[in-house]
Amino acid sequence: MPNIADPILIVLLLTNFFILGTANLRASIRAVALQGILLSILPLQIESQATIRLVLLVLVTMVIKGFLIPMMLLKALRDVHIRHEIEPYLGFVPSLLLCVAGTGLALLFSDHLPLAAADRGSMFVPASLATLLAGFLVLTTRRKAISQVTGYLMLENGIYVFGLLLYQAMVVEVGILLDLLVGIFVMGIVLNHIQREFSSLDTERLSRLREER
Amino acid sequence: MILALVVVPLVGALVTFLVPKDSVRPWFVAVAAAIHTAITFTAAATSPSGTLADWLGLDAFGRVVLMVVSSLFLVCAVYSIGYLRVRAERPNRIFCTSLLIFLTTTTTVILAQHLTVMWVAMEGTTLTTALLLYFNQNRRSLEATWKYLMIGSVGIALALLGTLFMAYAALIGLGDPTLVFPDLVRRASHLSQPWVRAAFVFLFVGYGTKMGLAPMHTWKPDAYGEAPGVVGALLAGGLTSCAFFALMRIYMIVVAAGQGDFARELLVAFGLVSMGTAAALMVRQRDFKRLLAYSSVEHMGILALGIGIGGLATYGALLHIINNALTKAALFLAAGNIHRAFKSKRLEDVTGAMRRLPVSGGLFLAGFFAITGSPPFGPFISELLILIGAVNAHRYGIAAAYLTLLFIVFVGMGHTVLAVVQGTPPEDAEGIHYRESLLKTLPIVASLAVVVLMGVWIPAPLARLLHEAVRLLGG
Repeated sequence: MPNIADPILIVLLLTNFFILGTANLRASIRAVALQGILLSILPLQIESQATIRLVLLVLVTMVIKGFLIPMMLLKALRDVHIRHEIEPYLGFVPSLLLCVAGTGLALLFSDHLPLAAADRGSMFVPASLATLLAGFLVLTTRRKAISQVTGYLMLENGIYVFGLLLYQAMVVEVGILLDLLVGIFVMGIVLNHIQREFSSLDTERLSRLREER
Repeated sequence: MILALVVVPLVGALVTFLVPKDSVRPWFVAVAAAIHTAITFTAAATSPSGTLADWLGLDAFGRVVLMVVSSLFLVCAVYSIGYLRVRAERPNRIFCTSLLIFLTTTTTVILAQHLTVMWVAMEGTTLTTALLLYFNQNRRSLEATWKYLMIGSVGIALALLGTLFMAYAALIGLGDPTLVFPDLVRRASHLSQPWVRAAFVFLFVGYGTKMGLAPMHTWKPDAYGEAPGVVGALLAGGLTSCAFFALMRIYMIVVAAGQGDFARELLVAFGLVSMGTAAALMVRQRDFKRLLAYSSVEHMGILALGIGIGGLATYGALLHIINNALTKAALFLAAGNIHRAFKSKRLEDVTGAMRRLPVSGGLFLAGFFAITGSPPFGPFISELLILIGAVNAHRYGIAAAYLTLLFIVFVGMGHTVLAVVQGTPPEDAEGIHYRESLLKTLPIVASLAVVVLMGVWIPAPLARLLHEAVRLLGG
């Protein structure tokens, strides 16, 4: 089987840049969906035999990460009539530059990590770290609740890539999928309520609770 | 028997969900809680073997924490019968079911002998807590829930990454990515050391977020401030103890791997930062529920500090888990009663709680003295043991900082608490018809009674368990 992992992981890194650079919320949700689909086919590279577990893992990941959650977010987006992320706490260009720097560091840093022989020189570790970092950037620098969920999903995607290195440990992906399914489900409900209560998904409005001095 | 500890609350949750009437549902929660406590204490007295392919088990440390969580839950369950009667205007199906699922997940965290099972259960606590926080369904509670959910989820995601790092350490060192806890401890010296350190850092930040150590504590004042008092009690006494327990599981592996010094330095640093942050925000605090939230940050700092110092302080920290949980329960439940009676939690509106609510006001004041470490309450003993531990270890700077911060907290907290209980209550307060009832005061009396008991006499079987737990923690 040809090496499909490296091209996939490179596209993953490119989608990170895209999400950090765009103000269009719909486009960034679609990019996260693309990430989910890309990640779901990665296990095919690790396991060459078509076991039931492999097929199930690919399908379930693809449905949840690639379709279910993005569709839920898109629906939330339609309901509140917002399209753009306005005035992030950190501008698009600086956050993009930070992401580029972080990705570069992740690539350099991974060479010095004590990795198992099989993982040396593969893109898995740097791509995982870079995606984690990009997710964290989106999570902390964006105002809209939907953007924050997007960032959280990227964070999860980064962790998922690292989890694939431990493919033998069965329970790893169970944890990841459970987290995604239930976590986003509850976040979805809360998003829905925020939108109804505040008629907006701007977390800036969520600022009543703070220390008054 | 071990399995029953998980199954009982889970079945209870199902039954509670199916009960059609709001007025009888809380009783089911209390009954399930009582059965759970009975099994817990039986299990703690005997020593049952693990089940489910050894994925669940109960060691000495687990028994101590499980007894704390289970008793605390029973106290809160009885209280919520009275509380939900006052809040009869709100449907309580989700609330009651979530309470029992909360008990199921926290119990699973304590029983888990597999790091992934523990992590999944921890994630479960995050989700059920979010539902409990949202009980009031207004803008303020929504904001608190969102913050809690975002910060908590990121924390739990980082903990997952740490768990994966630990598996990777096992993959490199042992050739097999095991996450079975006894296995990891037994073969810890062969684990890949750099990955163990990385795993500890991420798990520390992750579970530390759930504990509410500064600077990851920012969800705490909002969540505790907006949640009903009984949820605050469950979080400050149960969830945080559970998160601390999870962190200590990781700590045991790290110590066995020979990275104990590194871990202890981290614990001391974050412990002191948490105490300092809490002290700074408690002085002149105008909101008495947020005050309690910062007190929780402070006491999580004390726990981390105690383990970080080691020796006698380890024993003190373990004892402090019990004392802190039960005192926090008393404080939050009393604060809940005061909040209801005055319909406010800010000092501008709340004075003379002692006159309006003689029992709850008095218990709130007693709880304040207990939590700030005054004799004859339990926290006095445990906080003193941590101090002696620091002096024994010749860490005088830490001992001095610890004492200073405890003193600042005492003064700062006292200022707010006295303003609440003293004086004359305002005439025009809306909640003037609020009456104290046995169901809402007796649970507080019970938990404070245990706190007093822990201050004057620690039962021999408990002391044995604590010593065994200290040994597990390498102290």
